[in-house]
Amino acid sequence: MPPSNNDMLIFERSRPGRRGFSQAPKESAPLDDIPVSQQRRTAPRLPEVSELEAVRHYTRLSQKNFSIDTHFYPLGSCTMKYNPRACNAFAMLPSFLNRHPSAPAETGQGVLGCLFELQELLKEVTGMKEVSLAPMAGAQGEFAGVAMIRAYHQSRGDIGRTEILVPDAAHGTNPATAAMCGYVVREIPTDSAGNIDLKKLKAAVGPQTAGLMLTNPSTLGVFEQDIEAVQKVVHDAGGLLYYDGANLNAILGKVRPGDMGFDVIHMNLHKTFSTPHGGGGPGAGPVGVSARLLPFLPVPRLARGPDGYRWLTEKDCPQSIGRLSAHAGNTGVLLRAYIYARLLGREGMHRVAEFATLNANYLMIRLRRAGFDVAYPNRRATHEFTVTLRRLKEETGVSAMDVAKRLLDKGFHAPTTYFPLLVPECLLVEPTETESKDELDRFVTAMEEVASEARRDPQMLKGAPYTLPVRRLDDVRAARELDLRWFPAPVAETP
Amino acid sequence: MPFIPHTRDDIAAMLKECNVARIDDLFDEIPVSLRAQDTPGIPEGLTEMEVGRLMQDRADTDGRFINFIGAGAYEHHIPAAVWQIATRGEFYTSYTPYQAEASQGTLQLLYEFQTMMAELMAMEVANASLYDGASALAEAVLMAVRLSKGSRRVLLPATVHPRYRDAVRTIVRAQAIEIVDVPYVSGTGLVDQHALSSYRDDFAALVVPQPNFFGMIEDAHTLAGLARSKGALVIGLVNPVAMTVLAPPGEWGADIAVGEGQPLGSPLSSGGPYFGFLCCKKAHVRQMPGRVIGRTVDLDGRSGYTLTLQAREQHIRRSKATSNICTNQGLLVTAAAVHLSLLGAEGLARVARACHANTRMLLEMLGAIKGVDRVFSGPFFHEGVLRLPVPAEEALRALVAHGIIGGLPLGPDYPELGESILVCATETRTAADITQYGENLERIVSRRRLDPPCAVRGS
Repeated sequence: MPPSNNDMLIFERSRPGRRGFSQAPKESAPLDDIPVSQQRRTAPRLPEVSELEAVRHYTRLSQKNFSIDTHFYPLGSCTMKYNPRACNAFAMLPSFLNRHPSAPAETGQGVLGCLFELQELLKEVTGMKEVSLAPMAGAQGEFAGVAMIRAYHQSRGDIGRTEILVPDAAHGTNPATAAMCGYVVREIPTDSAGNIDLKKLKAAVGPQTAGLMLTNPSTLGVFEQDIEAVQKVVHDAGGLLYYDGANLNAILGKVRPGDMGFDVIHMNLHKTFSTPHGGGGPGAGPVGVSARLLPFLPVPRLARGPDGYRWLTEKDCPQSIGRLSAHAGNTGVLLRAYIYARLLGREGMHRVAEFATLNANYLMIRLRRAGFDVAYPNRRATHEFTVTLRRLKEETGVSAMDVAKRLLDKGFHAPTTYFPLLVPECLLVEPTETESKDELDRFVTAMEEVASEARRDPQMLKGAPYTLPVRRLDDVRAARELDLRWFPAPVAETP
Repeated sequence: MPFIPHTRDDIAAMLKECNVARIDDLFDEIPVSLRAQDTPGIPEGLTEMEVGRLMQDRADTDGRFINFIGAGAYEHHIPAAVWQIATRGEFYTSYTPYQAEASQGTLQLLYEFQTMMAELMAMEVANASLYDGASALAEAVLMAVRLSKGSRRVLLPATVHPRYRDAVRTIVRAQAIEIVDVPYVSGTGLVDQHALSSYRDDFAALVVPQPNFFGMIEDAHTLAGLARSKGALVIGLVNPVAMTVLAPPGEWGADIAVGEGQPLGSPLSSGGPYFGFLCCKKAHVRQMPGRVIGRTVDLDGRSGYTLTLQAREQHIRRSKATSNICTNQGLLVTAAAVHLSLLGAEGLARVARACHANTRMLLEMLGAIKGVDRVFSGPFFHEGVLRLPVPAEEALRALVAHGIIGGLPLGPDYPELGESILVCATETRTAADITQYGENLERIVSRRRLDPPCAVRGS
């Protein structure tokens, strides 16, 4: 059965000889000076469509997405706040877009000035000694951070430190990063109040401890109350303290990771500094360090000298862990973060954490009053909180997944589901500061409706969603019968 | 309050619901000694108009130049529709498609993108992107070592972009992988096949750049054959625009193909954001890093798209994952898919041929200047190396004064090349641009020839 017009792939719209003629240059000389043996034999099967067909196809596809611009998107730990349009408009000024990365620094003092000021702003708001803007996403920032911890220990001849500690609630990127940096990962359990288990931490540290990677507030949506004790335990054992900045939105302008004693941090600018998430990137993951890790920062680093701004490289920073990309990181993302920071200013930055926290606590309390179980009911919410649907599951058979899918039908993107893993039937809810009370109230109503539907007609929820472009998708089949690309329909063979 | 919608009444009602008097009370679990640090270094907020003026001033400071640098980032025409579509809020402000049913737009686009990249590379499968070309090469090296039957050595030619080689070393450093340099032949600027044949050890992989950093076209078929004869995997590191006219990695039997996606719709933007791409043989897909989209069916049997093979990834496999990558370069891939659709295979091949023709014109014009010589002979794609009879940095600085960014000096990375520069002319350079470059360089070179250097310094 041929696909309906609304389901067609761009390849299925393709017709031989059709194309967007004005987008390509005029025909030039053939490649007669390149040996035929090095030339391509068969042309790639790329779409052959008109400009209108391409524009219509991708515009229609866009309309199948939920996004911040169209829906409340309380995806926990992802900080889906409003992305100001000004950040995009000003970052896309032609002089910024057209500048080549290898152009001399003197031809880029405008853009480099913005990046340098961003670097200084980030130092100030995090309380760190120095910042490198080089990492291209949070996970690459983590990589840089742990690589610096490793370089630090090695520079002291302290080579017996083979373990990185991570709480069991940590993002998966933490253990994956530690492994990429050559470390053995040891998980530390969480106590009943949602804090890292201090006793178990004390028992785990030793001369083998390179460091602890900590998210604070944690992924459980609570502030690590024993942070001062944690800091002391790790440092006394000779380890360093890594701050995963995924949840920086909760404390921006209120508490500085540097003041909590962290040696190295990464920031997710696509979260806290509101550069867009773009359907999965690009991000930017600058790293900040205390004085002792400063020599190891990744390059290039931006410096201000008598002749203006310039990039420092390995030659200037011989102990650097090195380079993470071909050029200087995700400049266009950094520009958007800079514009956002200038729009907010000092007062606005404090308000981010305040209103993110107010929204999360308000929403948590309203949901609790509506009959939902909060995983840590005796704790304040930070910028996010965890709901456990275990009781609902036991009583009705309806899972967190079913609730999430039904929320889509109600016009809300689902919270993060099944993370952190230690909370059964978990929803991690992060409303962010840019949502209004009215929107939060509407979300509570939707959750109440879903809960009552679960009690009335659990089978219906198992079939959700009903109103989206597709019904629930078969993930098991996707993994078993891999279909990762389109192929043209086979041409019928003539005998 | 910028971007915060709360009215006074909202705040009062919400605080009452939370049973606290002030917002600050919600932070009472944070030790007092850690709270309320002032941040005097952060300036006061500006209005949108003020920030707009500031950014326009900064942009004007940088001005506009006629650019002749390639070196891993290429100035191409990007159709107007590309970024108008990519910055639609539905693409721009969504996230990783964890809720597949609410992300079919992004997911179908990524499935189409995977198909386009696989086609362009003549490979079986592609992922949904990595950060950039250099980090993608590092991921390919790690992947090849995982696939290898025991070797942790990878051959990395000196004709690979020097910054890529730096990034690879940074990223694989802690994994006991040995990166072995392969020299190039001084006359041709190509990988030294004789040196390559002489290595006796076991290797996990050979990286084959096409075209190479000098713009020269490697004999990819032969290099791939040499690698296979040593039991090593072949990693093709290629320019995607060039692959419309040059033999793509699949035609030379590569196991993995990676590269910088920037030429497919990403603006230069001082170096990023761009995107890395990675394709491989289907048999290797479970060792692939990064997100992969698969087609499946919904409860009604209708086809749809979802993240798949997630058991490789950090959020499931944690310390055993194939990579730590989470967020990738989705928006740049959105632009690339639209870009590739608008150009098609023929349009992109025209871009490739126009780049080649312009570069040929540039090399002929500059090479005709007395004392300026082509360093390497043989077929090239859209870059070339020229040796100048004057200090390269000085000549490039003089060109900047005439509004021309003339090339990348190679001496710092290749001391044996002395005062050589790497130049590039894409389809965006006109004959007039190229003539302007030629005339200015001629004047700079001849002035320098007539005046001794000390007189120049004194002027």
